[in-house]
Amino acid sequence: MEKPLPETIVADPWQPLRQFSPARIALGHAGISLPTRPQLEFQLAHARARDAVHLPLDIPPLLAALEQRGHEVMVLRSAAADRRSYLQRPDLGRRLDNESRRILAARAAQLPGDCDVAFVIADGLSAIAIHDNLLPFLDAVLPRLAREQWACGPIAIVAQGRVAVGDEVGLALRAQMVVILIGERPGLSAPDSLGIYLTYRPAIGTTDAGRNCISNVRRAGLDYEAAAHKLFYLMSEARRRKLSGVALKDEAEASSQRLTAPGRNILVETGG
Amino acid sequence: MTAYAHRVGTHTYRYDSLKELMAKASPARSGDYLAGVAAADDEERAAAQLALADVPLKTFLNEVLVPYEQDEVTRLIIDEHDAAAFAPVGHLTVGDFRNWLLSDAADEQSLAALAPGLTPEMVAAVSKLMRNQDLILVAKKCRVVTRFRNTLGLAGRLATRLQPNHPTDDPTGIAASIVDGLMYGSGDAVIGINPASDSIASVMTLLQMLDASIAQYRIPTQSCVLCHVTTTLEAIKRGAPVDLVFQSIAGTEAANASFGVSLNVLDEAHAAALSLRRGTIGDNVMYFETGQGSALSANAHHGVDQQTCEARAYAVARRYRPLLVNTVVGFIGPEYLYDGKQIIRAGLEDHCCGKLLGLPMGCDVCYTNHAEADQNDMDVLLTLLSVAGVNYIMGVPGADDVMLNYQTTSFHDALYVRKVLGLKPAPEFETWLRSVGIFEPGDALRLATGLPQPFRHVLANLS
Repeated sequence: MEKPLPETIVADPWQPLRQFSPARIALGHAGISLPTRPQLEFQLAHARARDAVHLPLDIPPLLAALEQRGHEVMVLRSAAADRRSYLQRPDLGRRLDNESRRILAARAAQLPGDCDVAFVIADGLSAIAIHDNLLPFLDAVLPRLAREQWACGPIAIVAQGRVAVGDEVGLALRAQMVVILIGERPGLSAPDSLGIYLTYRPAIGTTDAGRNCISNVRRAGLDYEAAAHKLFYLMSEARRRKLSGVALKDEAEASSQRLTAPGRNILVETGG
Repeated sequence: MTAYAHRVGTHTYRYDSLKELMAKASPARSGDYLAGVAAADDEERAAAQLALADVPLKTFLNEVLVPYEQDEVTRLIIDEHDAAAFAPVGHLTVGDFRNWLLSDAADEQSLAALAPGLTPEMVAAVSKLMRNQDLILVAKKCRVVTRFRNTLGLAGRLATRLQPNHPTDDPTGIAASIVDGLMYGSGDAVIGINPASDSIASVMTLLQMLDASIAQYRIPTQSCVLCHVTTTLEAIKRGAPVDLVFQSIAGTEAANASFGVSLNVLDEAHAAALSLRRGTIGDNVMYFETGQGSALSANAHHGVDQQTCEARAYAVARRYRPLLVNTVVGFIGPEYLYDGKQIIRAGLEDHCCGKLLGLPMGCDVCYTNHAEADQNDMDVLLTLLSVAGVNYIMGVPGADDVMLNYQTTSFHDALYVRKVLGLKPAPEFETWLRSVGIFEPGDALRLATGLPQPFRHVLANLS
């Protein structure tokens, strides 16, 4: 096959700058347009992100794996009947449907007492995030909680759920705090990010200011051990200080060194 | 309260208030359904539009949608209304106003003179009676020119904001995207970073970095770090080189409060920015972003439809003679604008309404991955807005913002639309692009090959 004429695709000489940013820089151009290859790579990334939003949560394997580990699991649904209504009606994704409320209430009535923490799993905006990351993450955190004598309530899986649906579950189970594991809105380069939200004393109407979030948990992001460590720290502090949210975050962030941006500017440095 | 009605066959549709009539006359969008204010079906919507067409424009001065006593944005709109400017259209109904806007009587001069006489509710109302082509045609007749270090909004020009965001605000990563953008002719509207962190230290670092870069290459443009206005105020107090003050704003006092701002805070920021006198050819020093759905998402919409709330944000913006205002139309998500069709419509509405109110409107032509939209929808909106004379659009590497996790227009996209429509960058910036060697000499919009000499040291320093 003949090579394309050299001027058809113009490569950008600043490709070495790619090492400094995940941004799609130095893509080159055909005429003034995006060359075929980066154009199709973008389409692929978008397709993966879209699929992540629309793929249904595959519950049976999760159920089997969790039960095999000795956890009790309840399978529930939000009031959003399908993906379309889930996307357009955030209010429906924040509460359980009637059947799920009955299941939850019946189970809660049989529980001997309160629990320290309830884990809630929701597909959110990326079932892939749950499929890929949930079990390795729980394997990093649940055994430790058991060793440290935390009383965990039954695990709830909520299909078509948003973050706030965890409040209803936690409240019904009389949990001191609720941890919801949920698929985050997929970015083009990260369709599989798991988000973790901790809420102390969950109540209907809790706002984001009352929660702590650990974001970007995935193989190529924040790893499971680090995320589990961070969650355990937040849970312990929430229990000790009897709160979660903004007030808790301030201290947690202060204790973990934030990378201060260095003053370097490659645009203005002169000489070699 | 006045009742509004329209009869279709044997059925009479009734609307208890102007607010209800406006909401039901709005072209369908998910946010109005979410708020429970939308028409139940297409017939009720069309009937509402017919009823709205008969409402005199003057009504909007007497029947406010958000109570005057409760809302400083309403007070701003009513108290600063220019009755003399309004007079030429003061006798018209909303429907007649549409006809007037489309007529030859409405031209660049008459529309500029009219702007202070229009309220957001009037332009929102007439936009609800307009098709997309009307929104384009009317917007194209408006011209709003602003200046800081260059001239934005001239006929035949399309500017871009170079948006070099980075997930951790790393200055070297940001510089890499700035080089990429400049080499593709982007950045005349502003080089503007959305910081991942609102911390004052990080913001100061970025402001200094942008200032040094613009000075080093003598780029006729301005910089902005899009942090909260109070952070920028603090940066100014600490002596940071602030060109433009940024803030997200919305159309009600309560929604602005949820953003942590008020007219008082914005007044203070505007005065602080003016005091720096950093603009060389003009003193438009403010940059605002808006977007339909923000008031509802803060539960601060007072039952008003989201497009009207959005237009009210423009009343806030125009108080400050901003250099730049853009709607971030598809960022908010499908619960407010569900798909490409709704995003495209909203982008054209926002642009047209902003221009009618005298604002230098740009648009962040964008979408998230959970919206029913893709690059083809963005191509449509980008092309339509550019035909309509939008002042500027965004530019990010490869259309993928790796910090905000959404897709907006790329550097390549801007070149596409400049090429097909014969649009050029801001004149001072165009001259710079050619003199530095980024564009080839002559009139054609052609990228020069190779890295221009002034930028070669950037790569040399890496080795």
